[in-house]
Amino acid sequence: MLKIEPRKNHSNFLEVSAPVIAVFLTMIFGGFLFLSMGKNPFEAIKLIFWDPIMSPTFSEYSRPQLVIKAAPLILIALGLSFGFRANIWNIGAEGQYIMGALISGSIGLALYPLDSMVIFPLMILGGIIGGVLWAMIPAILKIRFNTNEILVSLMLVYVAEQILALASVGFLRNPEGLGFPGSRDLSKYPSAANPELIANSGIHMGVIFSIIAVIVLTYFLIYHRLGFQIKLLGQAPKASKFSGVNSNYIIIFCLGLSGGLAGVAGMFELTGPAGLINIDFNVGYGFTAIIVAFLGRLHPIGILFAGLLMSLTYVGGELAQFMLNIPAAAIQVFQGMLLFFLLSTDLLVSYKISLNLSNLKTKKLKPFKK
Amino acid sequence: MPNKNIILKIEGISKEYPTVKANDYVSLDLEYGKIQALLGENGAGKSTLVKIVYGLVKPDHGKMYLNGVEYRPKGPQDARSKGVGMVFQHFSLFDALTVFENIALGLDKNLKKNELKKRILDVSKEYGLSISLDKIVGNLSAGERQRIEIIRCLLLNPKIMIMDEPTSVLTPGEVSDLFSVLKKLSNAGMSILYISHKLEEIRTLCTKATIMRRGQVVKKCDPQNISTSKIAEEMVGTSFSSPKKSKFKKGKECLKINNLSFKPLDPFGIPIRNLNLKIHHGEILGIGGVAGNGQEEFLSLLSGELKPTNGSLLFDGIDITKFNVVERRNKGLLTAPEERLGHAAVPVMTLTENCLITAEHRMNLSKKGFIDYESSKKLSDEIIKKLDVRTSGSDALARSLSGGNLQKFVIGRELIQNPKIFIVNQPTWGVDAAAASSIRQQILDLAKDGAAVIVISQDLDELLEISDVFCALVGGQLSSPENTSELNPSKLGMLISNSKE
Repeated sequence: MLKIEPRKNHSNFLEVSAPVIAVFLTMIFGGFLFLSMGKNPFEAIKLIFWDPIMSPTFSEYSRPQLVIKAAPLILIALGLSFGFRANIWNIGAEGQYIMGALISGSIGLALYPLDSMVIFPLMILGGIIGGVLWAMIPAILKIRFNTNEILVSLMLVYVAEQILALASVGFLRNPEGLGFPGSRDLSKYPSAANPELIANSGIHMGVIFSIIAVIVLTYFLIYHRLGFQIKLLGQAPKASKFSGVNSNYIIIFCLGLSGGLAGVAGMFELTGPAGLINIDFNVGYGFTAIIVAFLGRLHPIGILFAGLLMSLTYVGGELAQFMLNIPAAAIQVFQGMLLFFLLSTDLLVSYKISLNLSNLKTKKLKPFKK
Repeated sequence: MPNKNIILKIEGISKEYPTVKANDYVSLDLEYGKIQALLGENGAGKSTLVKIVYGLVKPDHGKMYLNGVEYRPKGPQDARSKGVGMVFQHFSLFDALTVFENIALGLDKNLKKNELKKRILDVSKEYGLSISLDKIVGNLSAGERQRIEIIRCLLLNPKIMIMDEPTSVLTPGEVSDLFSVLKKLSNAGMSILYISHKLEEIRTLCTKATIMRRGQVVKKCDPQNISTSKIAEEMVGTSFSSPKKSKFKKGKECLKINNLSFKPLDPFGIPIRNLNLKIHHGEILGIGGVAGNGQEEFLSLLSGELKPTNGSLLFDGIDITKFNVVERRNKGLLTAPEERLGHAAVPVMTLTENCLITAEHRMNLSKKGFIDYESSKKLSDEIIKKLDVRTSGSDALARSLSGGNLQKFVIGRELIQNPKIFIVNQPTWGVDAAAASSIRQQILDLAKDGAAVIVISQDLDELLEISDVFCALVGGQLSSPENTSELNPSKLGMLISNSKE
């Protein structure tokens, strides 16, 4: 009989090796998937995992794309992970991402074509404020009326999308855009632009910001009292109250942090890779970041790798679609497999599966001990 | 072949759980019309054994014989139909229904209403189980509820009745009522398997006892002919000393509670009504009463986790009513709640991290908001050493500790911070006798050094042993304090069953 039992001791080796095992399992089973579709599995796997980074033909385009896609995912997931640890579920990072972009974009467009050093920092601040303010709506409603932050934050995504659409065709529309929706291209406005810092690397200010955030938040999570209190609140709410943790403060902090980071991610995306505010500005980073946060085990360093891996499957998946005519749906199945294996190997970190044969065997009876 | 006097024969029962061998080749004989005691510490395997007999758990090995015929219950219903009944420690009754409705609902077969009523009254008269059928269960005391469970069990004409720690929720008066019922039952030929870890009641009730330890039967004896301390040693496996109380020196007033009231938001919460109390330095105040009478609320009101709707708290002359948990702790008011896992400690955190829960500010375990894990680990090591906590070290997760060891750690964490007043709820609940004795000694030492201590406990023997002053908390109201030395069991019973007297 197979049994799942909790491990007595935490296995550090497994904690590190589980994601690697998961990636290998995905390659094997994904390979079978591609084989069944009549594609060369080795070529497909190579296209997804290897070529975007190493192939001389593709990497020139793919490598920067990898970094560009990973940066917002990491930044947003970092913020979300703090709340998730405390059982505060911000599902609306996509909305905060849009609002961050809208506020910072409004600042930039309002000051156009002024040339000043303060515009870019001011826009960063605007991005943070936009995200934080949008996240404060579910926070305050939760504290004041005990509403469910999952629903409120999610619903606000659709409100934010409507505001984005309104801005794109209305108050932020490019006056020289011949009536087409969309704002001026901020990446072409030097004071507001967030250009590539090293040519063909994909590295822009947002990438630097993400890496700094990973380092600072790792330290913060482990050593700061708030990091401890967040873990405490998530794992044992009663104990956190007993300890004296003010849960309202933690709610404000977690939603504020995730909103702020999502907002600033929106700002960097707007001023760099996206360039302008338009109806299709948001592409789902805020939702994918939820997966990234969990793949990274809610740990900043884990999130760094999870963000890169997630980005790789997108960039590599596109490549495989393009080169081998693998349908997009198959690539999504492949990504699903990766998630599945990551979560199932995760189980092995804290649980073990044992084969219990004692029911089948007959033991010798022991004599009664005096 | 089988002894004619033996109704239930248990032979070599073993049951293994992932982390523990709950029953290891356990054998036991239950005789006709006898009350057989099953003794052991928490976790000794008593409950697993009776669950096997009652058909709730299937054994890995071993056999049972009922009246010489092999007995292998498929489930509780099967066990009941074969004449094995059980009265659980925790009642399964509907508060909103009447006594009669509760009994009728619990029966396996359908009887006509009048017929059933007649049978209930017959049974209750025969064994002295007085009960009124039309009362709502929610308004009944624990003793009365237990009577319902017993009647429910007796209606099925069982030959064997299993009772799992029946006295743990009863007042002393109710206990003696229960004992006379049990004696009547055994005289009428009923065999009773009586589980307990209270030695005195076993001595008054049973003539045969089986002592279990770590899943094994370690001794079979006649409790009448063996000393209580000898039984205790067999249960624990080692000998231990009982705590020594030194003479009580009353210091100046420490905490004064004025008209403390609390109205819970939760409809099932217990309101606290106009509670007044004074406690002095060096004094141990025992608060007795059955759990669920406001003990948890009372502790939370003192710790600051709950805000009172009315009243004030004066601590060493300072009004702390508006102080939060941390401010109270900094002043020297420390508490240890009843629930270890999830309230006093976090199961998935290490002992080092668990230290931070209450000791961060008072023991300077952080600087400018950043936690000093090294100091925390040192403190945790110190607690482990001082209270002899059995664990692999400060890096062990709280959940890896046994109940008793975690309790020692949780109490030690507060004691090491030198409280001015220490309030503890059920300090030795679910703790083995040796650990309980050491915890009580620590509490006595704390009071000797001049701190005030409030011990909330269901264990009256414990309160009589260590406290100077006794109050009963019943229905959220506190009785007027009495000197423990002037109390006798009947007075105690009265206090616990009714606070207004």
